Amino acid sequence: MTSIRQNVYPDALPDFRNLGVIARVLLGVNVLALAAAVYAAPAWPQFMEQFVGAAAYLEPLLLGSVVLLYAFAPLLARLPYWPGCAAVLGLVLLLAAGSHAWWLGASGILRTLALAALLVALLLGYLRLLAKAYSPALAEARLQALQARIRPHFLFNSLNAVLALIRRDPKRAERTLEDLADLFRTLMSDGRQFVRLADEIALLERYASIEQLRLGDRLRVVWELDAAPPDALLPPLLLQPVLENAIYHGVEPGTDTGEVLVRIEQRGQRVVARIENPYYPDHQHRVGNRMALANIGERLQLFFDAEASLEAGVRNGRYVVQVELPYRSREARRA
Amino acid sequence: MSELAIFIADDEAPARGRLRELLDDIAQEVPTRVVGEARNGLEAIERVPESGAQVLLLDIQMPGMGGIEVARHLARLPQAPAVVFVTAHDRHAVEAFELNALDYLLKPVRGERLAAALRKAMAAGPTAAAPLARAAGQAREYLSAAERNRIVLVPLRDVLYFKAELKYVTLRTREREHLIEESLVALEREFADRFVRIHRNCLVAKGAIRGFERAADEDDEPRWLTVLDGLEERLPISRRQWPTLRDLVAEK
Repeated sequence: MTSIRQNVYPDALPDFRNLGVIARVLLGVNVLALAAAVYAAPAWPQFMEQFVGAAAYLEPLLLGSVVLLYAFAPLLARLPYWPGCAAVLGLVLLLAAGSHAWWLGASGILRTLALAALLVALLLGYLRLLAKAYSPALAEARLQALQARIRPHFLFNSLNAVLALIRRDPKRAERTLEDLADLFRTLMSDGRQFVRLADEIALLERYASIEQLRLGDRLRVVWELDAAPPDALLPPLLLQPVLENAIYHGVEPGTDTGEVLVRIEQRGQRVVARIENPYYPDHQHRVGNRMALANIGERLQLFFDAEASLEAGVRNGRYVVQVELPYRSREARRA
Repeated sequence: MSELAIFIADDEAPARGRLRELLDDIAQEVPTRVVGEARNGLEAIERVPESGAQVLLLDIQMPGMGGIEVARHLARLPQAPAVVFVTAHDRHAVEAFELNALDYLLKPVRGERLAAALRKAMAAGPTAAAPLARAAGQAREYLSAAERNRIVLVPLRDVLYFKAELKYVTLRTREREHLIEESLVALEREFADRFVRIHRNCLVAKGAIRGFERAADEDDEPRWLTVLDGLEERLPISRRQWPTLRDLVAEK
């Protein structure tokens, strides 16, 4: 993992626990079955009967396969791509053979196996193409994350604040430069590698301490992190831009103290992060907020497909951004 | 050489501290004395006039009121200070803001640049209003009048109407009238989204229009008057403007 990878986008098996993948598999197989029914029906009106007949036979096998793959997902994820495909094929064929033998005995079992193998190959190919199509977008996402994040306003004001500290409080100046260095190291890191929530939180705290230096009493950050799972994995710099927005739009325009709430918690198999800030309707002309949010939404979709969500809006006079993602830790995913 | 009176306006305490340090550093070259500081735009408007500042070091991004609008209001003072803007924007933003016609320094500021800017500002004198208006890029949130040695600000949202009279424009709020030195044409252009012309000499706030009253006919043609929220006075609408007004209210 430490060497420079020549092949930036190695093939990887789809994540069989991802809602988007499961939905695509279910939909794909049923659409194919429907097409087959239309083709096989002796006359147009009968195709529905044909489909229902086929479905009774197909759906248990399909659902069984999905459940089986869901169960074996962590094991499958450890295999290299092609052996992984073979394992997927093996599992599905085993299930198909078993269920066919159970219901229909030995006759016609080869036909069932051939059909199942074709479907598996078709779907794996489709999901691979899909992953390929997304890969450049992932690289793009990294770049976007980088560009969207370095707000010159923040960088130059921070440097200015450090310059002001050097003579009066050299220790604090040092600490602030270290914080800035950490922040920029993450900004320039590989945006495709997941990070631990604990690391993202540390980054949030560093970032907040730089802002605190600039804004003094005007900024008050309330942290509610006791229920945050430190080992949850998420794309880097997912929450920092939200906090940056909260301060830029919710604290800087005000002359009084602005309170920003950062609450991250685990709810069942979900990680929920909520960031709230005071809302200044007059300052919505400061564009960039929606762009940053769109960028985060896009990255969430790339990494988690349908399983993550991003909501933003005004509630009780405060601007609230809530990000929800599935809880994944290192064990459940290949490092 | 006498000391130059400097006023510093920036919302970030470290930034103000840094400017003071730099002024100390260049004291040999340009002797200065800090006569006041402000943490936001409104404070600057309040404190600059009585501070006797000759040069104002003014941050552009400040809460309450941004630096450019502050400078536009202060330009009305009989003895307006020269303004040197300080900004953390990058060069693109500086170009977009048309700041090039004005004196500005980029944060982090260097001592030599500061000294040069102070010398230049003193030679050039008070900053002119026209380039400030061009740099503003957006409508003001306040209107201002210089009264003796201070600036009176009227929030734009309080203004019910502007009426042109001879040399001045009268600005009416619910409470009182102010005389401002601006042209009705320029006001109409700047606040086009919030004010509408009802007569050759009058702009009213769209949000304040409650309705119209029909006045006694003089020569068969009906005449209409504007009824404004919280105001007894009725303002006549010219025939030319009547269709626009009628459509505007129909849209609401």
